[in-house]
Amino acid sequence: MSRHWRAGAAGLAVLGLTLTACGGAKVGDSSSAGSKSSGGKCGTFNLAVNPWVGYEADAAVVAYVAQHDLGCTVNKKDLKEEIAWQGFGTGEVDAVLENWGHDDLKKKYITGQKTAVEAGSTGNKGIIGWYVPPWLAKAHPDITNWESLNKYAANFKTSESGGKGQLLDGDPSYVTNDAALVTNLKLNFKVVYAGSETALIQAFRTAEKNKQWLIGYFYEPQWFLSEVPLVKVNLPKYTTGCDADAAKVACDYPVYDLDKIVSTSFAKSDSPAYKLVKNFNWTNDDQNTVAKYIAQDKLSDDAAAKKWVDANKDKVDAWLK
Amino acid sequence: MAAVADATAPVASIRQKVSRPMVVAAILVLWLLLFAVLRGRQTLTLAAADLTGLHRWLNDVNDSIGANRNSNPVFLYFFNEIRLVIDNLVTFVQSLISQPSGSRPVPQIGWLGVVGLVGYVSWAVGNWRVALLAVAGFTFFGLQGLWQESMDTLALTLSAVLVALVIGIPLGVWAGLSDRVNRIMTPFLDFMQTMPTFVYLAPLTLIFLIGGASAVITTVIYAAPPAIRITAYAIRSVPETTVEAADSLGATRAQQLVKVLLPMSKRTVVVGVNQTIMAALAMVTIAALIDAPGLGKTVVQALQSLDVGTAFNAGLAIVVMAIVLDRVTTAAAVRTESRRTGEGRFAKWRRPLLGAGGVAALVLVYLSHTYVWAAEFPGDGTVGSHIASAADTTSTWLQDHLFGLTNALRDAVTNGLLNPFQTLLTDSPWWLVGAVLVALGAVLGGRRAGVTAAVCVGLLVGTGLWSDSMTTLASTVVATILTMLAGVVFGVWMGRSTLADRLIRPTLDAAQVMPPFVYLVPFLALFGATRFTAIIAGVVYAAPVAIKIIADGVRNVSESTVEAATSAGCNSWQIITKVQLPMARSALTLATNQGLIYVLSMVVLGGLVGAGALGYDVVAGFSQGELYGKGLAAGLAIVLLGVMFDRITQAAARRTRA
Repeated sequence: MSRHWRAGAAGLAVLGLTLTACGGAKVGDSSSAGSKSSGGKCGTFNLAVNPWVGYEADAAVVAYVAQHDLGCTVNKKDLKEEIAWQGFGTGEVDAVLENWGHDDLKKKYITGQKTAVEAGSTGNKGIIGWYVPPWLAKAHPDITNWESLNKYAANFKTSESGGKGQLLDGDPSYVTNDAALVTNLKLNFKVVYAGSETALIQAFRTAEKNKQWLIGYFYEPQWFLSEVPLVKVNLPKYTTGCDADAAKVACDYPVYDLDKIVSTSFAKSDSPAYKLVKNFNWTNDDQNTVAKYIAQDKLSDDAAAKKWVDANKDKVDAWLK
Repeated sequence: MAAVADATAPVASIRQKVSRPMVVAAILVLWLLLFAVLRGRQTLTLAAADLTGLHRWLNDVNDSIGANRNSNPVFLYFFNEIRLVIDNLVTFVQSLISQPSGSRPVPQIGWLGVVGLVGYVSWAVGNWRVALLAVAGFTFFGLQGLWQESMDTLALTLSAVLVALVIGIPLGVWAGLSDRVNRIMTPFLDFMQTMPTFVYLAPLTLIFLIGGASAVITTVIYAAPPAIRITAYAIRSVPETTVEAADSLGATRAQQLVKVLLPMSKRTVVVGVNQTIMAALAMVTIAALIDAPGLGKTVVQALQSLDVGTAFNAGLAIVVMAIVLDRVTTAAAVRTESRRTGEGRFAKWRRPLLGAGGVAALVLVYLSHTYVWAAEFPGDGTVGSHIASAADTTSTWLQDHLFGLTNALRDAVTNGLLNPFQTLLTDSPWWLVGAVLVALGAVLGGRRAGVTAAVCVGLLVGTGLWSDSMTTLASTVVATILTMLAGVVFGVWMGRSTLADRLIRPTLDAAQVMPPFVYLVPFLALFGATRFTAIIAGVVYAAPVAIKIIADGVRNVSESTVEAATSAGCNSWQIITKVQLPMARSALTLATNQGLIYVLSMVVLGGLVGAGALGYDVVAGFSQGELYGKGLAAGLAIVLLGVMFDRITQAAARRTRA
């Protein structure tokens, strides 16, 4: 028995030696070339990434610039809005880059717990409303006026809408008055909750492809609009204060000025990353470009950011001043 | 519902045999009659944005926890310590296999070392066949271009399983030794397994912060119950006589436990470990919602841009990991058994071979620690992109060619079955539906089941979500009926043919562990954002369990009985319907029970694809602070529905067996 034992050990030793001999590069040999961050003043920067591609585009670019120009160690954290805001107080999150209104969260964390502060606009304009697939707008041009919706209500019927027309709503985290709007505009529609952005986008994609009738809640900037350019339906015009009483809303959504929120301690620190976040500002077209790189061209976040940053040096330089 | 009635009807006494289905039918007819008269009254509906006092109170509780986090001693000295320990554990395992640590740009052990170790351990605890499978599976992660993601998932899963076992096995032993502990623990375990994770995800990150600790604790809450239950069961099933023999030899209680009970229940405990690992892997995508690194994140992110291919590729890696871990632990369970009954032929060789293998694995670990080629998986994952594009093509083809068919199917089931049934449930007065549920519980499951049903109905009304609960109940029942149909068809087929079993079983395993997020997008394209999509998702998840249970039941029908029937001139159809299915009655009831519970666990996912009702309430509660309390109440309602049906079907199953 011991003979086999010895043979096995010898065999292993030979195997080991051969493998080591043709070893190749050792770990750590050239690792110092990887990080050129000499500054170190920045330290760690905890950036929340909320789950939609537009936000992912914001975060990709800010993280790229923070990493390459400021030498920060960026921790991107994939979180829903509510949890991200919660993280301001516990020190787990430094910044949220694209906030859609969310007066409830502002009240709770900015004026209430005082763990967060505003850090200015992103430059993006958030538009919310009811949209129809392009084929429908072309076939029935008058459908983009809300007053003709009742005329077509029967066409929007589905197995879910209980005999009325279906108005499809998406992810519950988004701002919506749709149920009140349907009642107050006396529309013969029922709000059906798709429950997620994925479901909503897929519904519009199918509707356009198969020429189905569909009207639903949607918003821009959104990468999907460059695949299927949905058409917005005009609701009664928004005037300041017309949405003051949530139960009595009978007007369109306001144009949201998307803004940035940071944790109080981050704002007080002299981290260059805070300055970057505060200065960060770009247009809907900019965001759509990067979002398209990510969602349709399937680039990684970093590659998409690099592509945009390389082409827009002047804008990036303005953020770094 | 008919399935339950059928399955429970034939019992010992002849009088009952006739009367029980009659009573059930009478209850249903009475319900229909009263519905016609009382339709639309006292339905307790609540609009999507409306709250009740309970919901507001739960909101306040949640807010006050958040506000006092930094001053409360419970946080400072209890939760924070737990968090620290678990966080360190996770970071340590990650630095070993998945994440760079300190100045090292790569983890301590590279791909070659991990593959070597996994192969060696699989061989040592199992056999060489599972070792080969493990090596192939782990190499596949690298080829898919998902090495680091897979290792992150493995690190989290291992940490969670470790914590779950450290807590679960002692608790299980305790529950196995004491009836009282067992009785107290069972409702808690039910609660942990049926409460939708979405409900406690946000509060957990408040208590344990965002990061590894929260992800592990979320997973442990869901994965520990099987370990506890199965350990308790294992201890209980050690034969009475063995324990008595030890007693008569004068063994103390401690000796009895260490020398008799634990060794004799080892095999079943390993099954518990197996179930814990599977449950932990089921949480991978959910944990990704609170920033847990790994494959789950890839799936969730890919779906933001509806990238089915990438999501499928990552989902496939989860399936492969689950299958490898399942087969290895199963082989380990078999080995502990065969070791007990006598050593194999190669026992003499085992020790030196184990030593040599260990040295080889260590050499590989050393290499992967030192050299770049063994540390970072070579290549750029071309296999992965091929898999992704194939999945994309398939999904697009299905959408293009089956669209009309699937729409017709959806409309037929929705209009023919779901809508009428849902109307019956939601438009009847609440007390009428409640009375029907209690009566059915009492008739099918006995007096205790009736009392449980009454308590659950009362609490459901208390949650303020009665109408939503009834909508969810309607979809759940329809999904369970479809699950049982699939279960009987495939289960009988697999039970009668070993070949069919061998072909179908891997698909069933895959359907159970593939993250539902992956197949939801094609389903959405085929069926739209509707309740039917949610039902189909529930069936895909629940049917494998039902099929497996029924297949086992059919196979266990004694061969001599089937032979006797054949020689009496029965054809296959008669054998199935007159012999095999009736004799597998208790398997059918168990399958109904498990089918229902699994369907219920998909309710929240259903909320993401158009099911509305309770599932949507939970999702909305997770996303909007103001709706938090309502989401929690909806989670409770799901637990209540689960407990009610579990108790009724279990009591019914006990009656069938009696």
